Amino acid sequence: MARARDESSPLFAGNAAGTLRLIGYLALALVLMVLDQRNGWLWRLRDTAAVVVEPVYRLAGLPAAGIHSLSAAFGDRQQLTEQNQRLRQDLLLANAKLNQMAAVAQQNQRLKQLLDTRNSLGLKVQLARVVGVDLGAYRYRIMLNVGAREGVKPGQPVIDAHGVMGQVREVLPTTSVVMLITDPSDAIPVVVARSGLRTVAYGSRDGAQLSLPNIPLAADVRVGDQLLTSGVGGRFPPGFPVGRISHVAPAATGMFLVAQARPAADINRSDEVLLLHDQAEPDGPPAPAAPVGPPLDLAPTAPGGSAKSGLTAATAPATHRPSSTGGVRR
Amino acid sequence: MSKYRDGRWWFIGTLAFALLLMLVPLPAVLEPFKPYWPALCLLYWTLESEDRVTLGMAFGVGLFADLFNGVLLGEQALRLCALVFIALRFRSRLRFFPMWQQTLAVLALLLNDRILLLVVRMLAGDAMPPASWWISPFVGAALWPFLTLLLDDLRARLRRQ
Repeated sequence: MARARDESSPLFAGNAAGTLRLIGYLALALVLMVLDQRNGWLWRLRDTAAVVVEPVYRLAGLPAAGIHSLSAAFGDRQQLTEQNQRLRQDLLLANAKLNQMAAVAQQNQRLKQLLDTRNSLGLKVQLARVVGVDLGAYRYRIMLNVGAREGVKPGQPVIDAHGVMGQVREVLPTTSVVMLITDPSDAIPVVVARSGLRTVAYGSRDGAQLSLPNIPLAADVRVGDQLLTSGVGGRFPPGFPVGRISHVAPAATGMFLVAQARPAADINRSDEVLLLHDQAEPDGPPAPAAPVGPPLDLAPTAPGGSAKSGLTAATAPATHRPSSTGGVRR
Repeated sequence: MSKYRDGRWWFIGTLAFALLLMLVPLPAVLEPFKPYWPALCLLYWTLESEDRVTLGMAFGVGLFADLFNGVLLGEQALRLCALVFIALRFRSRLRFFPMWQQTLAVLALLLNDRILLLVVRMLAGDAMPPASWWISPFVGAALWPFLTLLLDDLRARLRRQ
């Protein structure tokens, strides 16, 4: 097949036009990248193209989901029984702990009411499932199957049964992308549970660990210490486990201690996660408390002016009275 | 005419499948071994048919890839453009290489692609990736002979029918 060799396919030397075109395209790509870096175009584009993009994500997530359900369907019977047993034990343990905690929580609630603080132990959460999609190598992001339509907003913390996983980074109509705490560009304010030391945990380069690069030399940090979210910064609510210190050493400069921590959450394995609804403390001083007067039955019956509150105060005891008087009458 | 159109659908189909493969996750252990499928697919078509793959097409495929899994719009467009440009320039020679030489050439192209990506990410302010970053091009090159054989075979079968 003797083909006439035209100019577009020379054997050795290239032509100038091709090079020019390459330079043009490269310049275009560079401009796009810079603009995107500044303005976040990609996500706006993805948002508008969501009709096309999201089904593709679902399609790409199918193999992972299929393998998951296959392993459930053809799983070893013994393995499943074992898993069931273990889950039952976990549930029993968790329930026992919960019962114990309920009393403490109630007490805490009462004390907090006395102190007039507003943060509560109540959690507003939303269950989400991880869609198995590869969002690029070394990116430390996961995709969830809930999105703006379910009320997800960027910045929401994501947790699993063991601890904090990350926060919602981008939201599409029915999917959202979570940046994991192990992402090298992520930082999370933490507190060492044992000593109360506050510091910041960053994601590390290999993506499986957290690093705490600036702990004061004199600080009390040991291997095995638990890290909790400190709530500083208002993104993550305080008190959730973040990780456990696995390694402490002085930094090369000798000015700080550098610690490594293993994340508490099952970052590689979780397939169901919880989205916390924003409950960060609002900044600024608390709102002024409602004025508190003497107890109702001691309050003087208000004449005229503040009739409404006076009325309710007066009628409330009145409703109880007939029954008690009835008891007396009998 | 219809044969030509079939060929075109087959071409678009393989590209779309490559993009989809790029999105499909592997178990965490195998993650660094994942080859860059769209690059391999584009390379195959560049070497195989003369006028199908142009720089503009590579740019378009790259933009689609960015739309699906990129973090920066234009990143993969840039990489695929550079890759296809080099492949187009040396196409006549690459085609007549024996398979092992071709595989080495593909390895060089993929390594070059990784270096480009590294430069882009460093400029964007990312941290230096771990050593396993460099495994992927080798896996891609190792898969290259099988990929060409498979695609050639499929194409021949389709043509016969």
